[in-house]
Amino acid sequence: MSLQPPTSPFVPFSPNPALQPGTPSSTTPLSIAQKPPPVSSASLRYASTRRSIYDRNLNRTQRAELSKASFAFLFGEMIQYAQKRVSGIQDLEKKLNIQGYSIGQRLLELLLFREGRSAKRETRILGILQFIAQTVYRHLFNKPADGLERSHDKDDEYMLIDHEPVVNTYISVPKEISLLNCAAFVAGIIEAVLDGSLFPARVTAHSTPTDQYPGRTVYLIKFEESVLEREAMLAGGKP
Amino acid sequence: MSFYFAIIGTRDNPLYTYEFGTSKSGGDGVARFREDQRSMNQFILHSSLDMVEEVQWTNRDLYLKTVDRFNNLMVSGFVTGGNIKFLLLHDQKAEDPIRQFFTEVHEAYVKTLMNPFYEVDMRIVSVVFDQRVRAAARKYL
Repeated sequence: MSLQPPTSPFVPFSPNPALQPGTPSSTTPLSIAQKPPPVSSASLRYASTRRSIYDRNLNRTQRAELSKASFAFLFGEMIQYAQKRVSGIQDLEKKLNIQGYSIGQRLLELLLFREGRSAKRETRILGILQFIAQTVYRHLFNKPADGLERSHDKDDEYMLIDHEPVVNTYISVPKEISLLNCAAFVAGIIEAVLDGSLFPARVTAHSTPTDQYPGRTVYLIKFEESVLEREAMLAGGKP
Repeated sequence: MSFYFAIIGTRDNPLYTYEFGTSKSGGDGVARFREDQRSMNQFILHSSLDMVEEVQWTNRDLYLKTVDRFNNLMVSGFVTGGNIKFLLLHDQKAEDPIRQFFTEVHEAYVKTLMNPFYEVDMRIVSVVFDQRVRAAARKYL
């Protein structure tokens, strides 16, 4: 195996909290190079428009759509990039999952911010799943998810169903790795939204073709035990 | 009025802190905590995290209002969708200005998060973010 999975794979760049002093100091260069220490404001690089990320409006692109072709191209490149660095299907799906994860973390914050003053955090399992199936899905793919089901025999498993995942539109998986489903990328997004809302879960994408929908994909959501315990407590507290 | 503001990450790690005073009614924006009080502020603020974690499951709003008290001091809380907590220690009740302050900081935080080089739980060292928070503090508190 060429890659050692990090112990906590999904927040690879998070610094050690123990190393964080309390107050933000102005930028102090750590290098001992000879160059003069940059003044904090001068070390910021602005775009040619002189606007930083803070000057852009978060609501601006609410209804803007991306070109599907350019997305397909980019996604294809992402898969190729990931595939060169892995040894098996599971690894590849994990890589795609991580790529989606960082998107999900941001998406959750952004979508809630856009709701403005009426924004509510989700505290119940059904609420957060509906938030994903409706709000997140609508934002990403311009349609709600095609189904949301609860596993018959396992309490901690839920299934989110997509008849035709947009990310898989131009992907045909070779026979020898037919188990691969590139919607693992979307699974990563879902997992990040759940984790961010304090519903830690494992989300995996599975192909379950039917005659009508050959690309049908099921996202299997398996919550951690703590989530179910809390859910039972919240349900008991309310009449 | 004096304030002590902190952003706490998902692992209860501080991401950003800022101590300031009121700018309303002739205030100069400098915090005037008693010297022995000042060192306690961090403790008071962080000990209120327990309260926040309790309240955040019963109150689904982002702004949780006053969550904790310590002598004459109050702690107001705000929890974002990604479970980042904003805490503000203050000595006088001011619900609406604090909501507005939090909302403005929230916007700046989401913009920070949109930066692909920023990851959840990283310390916020951006100068522009700092300016935004200071401006919001001057404007509302």
